[in-house]
Parts: sequence; structure tokens; C-alpha cells
Amino acid sequence: MTVPAALQGLDPLTGGDVVVAQNIAFGILSVVMVVAALRMVTTRNVVHAALYLVIVLAGAAGIFILLGAEFVGVTQVLVYIGAIVVLFLFGIMLTRGALGEDEEANTEKRRMATLVGVLVLVVTGGAVLDSFGDTAVNRSAPSLTAEIGDTIFSQYIVPFEAVSVLLLAALIGAIVVARTD
Amino acid sequence: MNTLILAAELAYWQQTSIRAVVGLAAVLLPAGTLVYLFLFKMMSFMQSRLGPMEAGPYGSMQLLAEVGKFLQKEDIIPAKADRVVFKAAPYVVLVSTFLLVLVIPGGPDLMFIDVDTGIFLALAVSSISVIGILMAGWASASKYSLLGALRATGQLIAYELPLVLAVMGVVIQAGTLNMQGIVMAQAQGEIFGFGGIGSPFIITQFLGFAIFLVAVQAELIQPPFDMPVAESELVTGYLTEYSGMRFLMFFIGEFATAGIFSALAATLFLGGWYVPGLDPTDTLFNVIGPMVLMGKVILVAFLIFWFRFTFPRFREDQLQTLAWKVLIPLSLINIVATGVLKVVF
Repeated sequence: MTVPAALQGLDPLTGGDVVVAQNIAFGILSVVMVVAALRMVTTRNVVHAALYLVIVLAGAAGIFILLGAEFVGVTQVLVYIGAIVVLFLFGIMLTRGALGEDEEANTEKRRMATLVGVLVLVVTGGAVLDSFGDTAVNRSAPSLTAEIGDTIFSQYIVPFEAVSVLLLAALIGAIVVARTD
Repeated sequence: MNTLILAAELAYWQQTSIRAVVGLAAVLLPAGTLVYLFLFKMMSFMQSRLGPMEAGPYGSMQLLAEVGKFLQKEDIIPAKADRVVFKAAPYVVLVSTFLLVLVIPGGPDLMFIDVDTGIFLALAVSSISVIGILMAGWASASKYSLLGALRATGQLIAYELPLVLAVMGVVIQAGTLNMQGIVMAQAQGEIFGFGGIGSPFIITQFLGFAIFLVAVQAELIQPPFDMPVAESELVTGYLTEYSGMRFLMFFIGEFATAGIFSALAATLFLGGWYVPGLDPTDTLFNVIGPMVLMGKVILVAFLIFWFRFTFPRFREDQLQTLAWKVLIPLSLINIVATGVLKVVF
């Protein structure tokens, strides 16, 4: 397959091996994600904001799959879209089912939210850059689920168990808070 | 399908078009079959009546008549509805259904995508339909719709856990998430050294199969788990405000999902496209595989619809109790037992 010369500069990751389809898909996904993310924080309708969040998270899952991290992408769909956003929507609809714009979603807390957002961006961006720099992702070999399982239960067993205990504590805490008797 | 198409050396867009057309057929044909066979005929016979008899021989064209009727109807959107979300909701449900069919293999070389995550991907995309239901219920601007959507969400979240956990036993036994790998594990497996019929997981994982079927019944929101659309309380729940084409889309989604979940159950527990006695790598299966699978789908769907037509509706608290206090502990015990036995043998 011949590739237009202009496209060849687009893919510095694989070093010469141009993957046009992936680049186009990445471009579309990024534009959709950025627009949806902006709409999510600017819309005054809480349910719409949660639905825009679904689009952003689905785009993130798509990017994981483009990078060959199939298991992480599928987990993203199962956990974030199938569980977390559903719980958001469930909570919003149980507490304020009203349609239309919500005037309480005002600008008061925007400054703090922006500050937190920028802080998260700087910290995670810094951490990623610091640990990976310009290491290329090997996209020719998608990561296998079995390998991920082996790594979690050998190399990362301690953090994995710590997270499990943390989640269990949160679960018990939620039940204790919710119980009235 | 991968190898077959590659052998003909088609361009990427040609492969994709063929996959899209075959995928559409693989979703809609079983759905139509199930509606005619079970909803129109079996239910009628169980109630001592004939069912549709006028359209076509033995009423076989009734489905086309129904679709035509729905297409002609006026598309009504309530005045206070959130129009964009209201219109988008049925598409979200259909997308979830159409993505589900991708992982089901129809033969040794016949599959849409051969992914490592297989059944995990199927369970993940099946959870997207909840968002469509919530969108439909909220955007309708009707309290029946909203209550129906909230009930549906509570039910789907509760029954997704036993659904996933029931599959875990199969995954542990097969040692892979890949659907083709699960079929091969059943085709080449042996039960105590006897390999005559392979090792369909319904024998060793019968508990898993039973839990899976109950959870599927609840995921499909059909009796006895149809509290979200309970007509005596909520009109038709989140479907109340939908009419014409959009109602038809929800209807197709329901029965197509029933067909695809039956295909998942057939692949996970009944050996998928494999019939005992033949070599599973035989290319003959590329021809007879889809038909064998369809036969097994009808078998599983018969069970699902048999329950649908005979059991009375659960109360909301009974429904939640069944999921959290019976099915989830049972499936956890099943996982532990399967894991221990896998290590011992």
C-alpha cells in the first residue's frame, strides 16, 4: 500500500511503519473526546453532563484498544461506562429527576474545580513523562490477558491486595453509613 | 471468516462491509426466528390457541406484517421530553446488541473478530444497554418511564454480577477468555478419560449454566423478572412514551439480545458450533457450524421463553434478594470449587 508522503511524518511512534488507519481513528477519537469533555463541564444539565462523560470514557477505551491494550480497554467499558456512570445517572435521577437546566450548577465551585483539574493534569502528566519519557509503545504485539493476569498476581501482588483491602473497607464503610439500626 | 476472506484477498473496506452485512443477518435472523417460533407460536399453544394464522402459510409472514405496521405509525415525542436524548436512547440499546454478536464464533474460521478478551468483551458491551434504558426513562418526562428505568437499572446492576461470575467457572476450566478457545476446550476435552462427546461445560458447570440462564432472564427484563415494565403498575415502564419505529427498535433489541445471549450460553456451555464425533479443525464446520449453533440457540432460547411464559412475576424485593442472597453466593462457591478442582485434577 502506498502512502502519501504527507502522512508519513504523522507516526513517530513506530519508526517508519506508518499506520494510517490508526492515526485517522486516533484523530477522530481525540476530537470527539475533547469536544465531549468541554461540553461536559460547560453544560448546565446534570444528566447531559453524565452522558457526555460516557462519550469521553468510550473514547478513552477506544484509544486503549488502538494502543493494543485490549484488556484495559474492555475493563474501561465494563467498569466506567457499565458501572460508574450508571451509578451517577441512577443517583442523579433518584435525587433530582427534573428535566432541563439546573441553575444550581453555578459558577461558585468552578474555580476550585479548575484548580483540581489542572493539578491532576500536572501530576499525572508529570508522572507519565517522568517514568516513560519517549519510550515507544510496541503496537505490533497486543498485550495478552494471560500476561496481565500473571503480572498482577506475581510482580504487583502487594499493591493489588492493598487495593482489594481498600475497596473492601469502602464497601463496609458504605454499609455502616447507610444502615440506620 | 478471517481466513476465508483473506484467502479471497479482499480490501479492508470489502471485509468490513461483508462483516457488517453478515453481522446484521446474524442479529436479525435469530431474533425473527425466536419471535415467530416462541412468542407467536409456542406461547399460543401453551395457552390453547393457534396464534397468528392469516399472514402467509401458518402465519409465518406475521412478523413482516408487524414490522410494516410499526413503520407506518406516527413517531410521537412527548412535548416536555428531552428530544435528543429521547431519540438517541433506542440506538444505544441497539449498539450494545450489535456489538455483542461480534465475539460469537460460527466455525473454526468463521468469526467476526478473534479477540483475546472474548467473553469479557461481550459482558462489557452488554452493560452499555443500561445507559440506553436510563436515557429512555429520563428523557420521556414521565414518572412511569422514570420509575421503570430506575427499577430496570437496579435489576440489571444486580444480575450482571451473577452473570459475570457464572461465566468465570467456564473461563477457569477452559483456561482462556477467547470464545474460540472455549469451544476448542470443550471439543477436545475429556470427562474422566472419556473423550467421546468432548466435554461440554454444561456437565461440569451445570450450576454455572443454571445461574447464567436465570441472570440472562433478568438481563432481558422479561417475565418473571419484568418489574421494570410491569403493565399493571407502570404502563410499560421506560417504554411507555415510545411509539412506532423507536418502539420497534427496543422490541428488536430485546429479542435480538435474547438470541445472542442464547448463542453465548450455547457457546459457553453446549460446545458452540461443535458436534461430537467430528474433528473440530475440519473445515466442514465452516459450513455446518452456523447451523449447529443455531440449533443450540433455539434449544437454549426454548428454555428462556418457557420460563418467560410460565412463571408469575417476582416482587421487587424478592428479585433483589434472589440476586444478592442466592445467586451471587452460589456463583462464588462455584468459582472456588472450580478453582480447587482445576488445581487438584
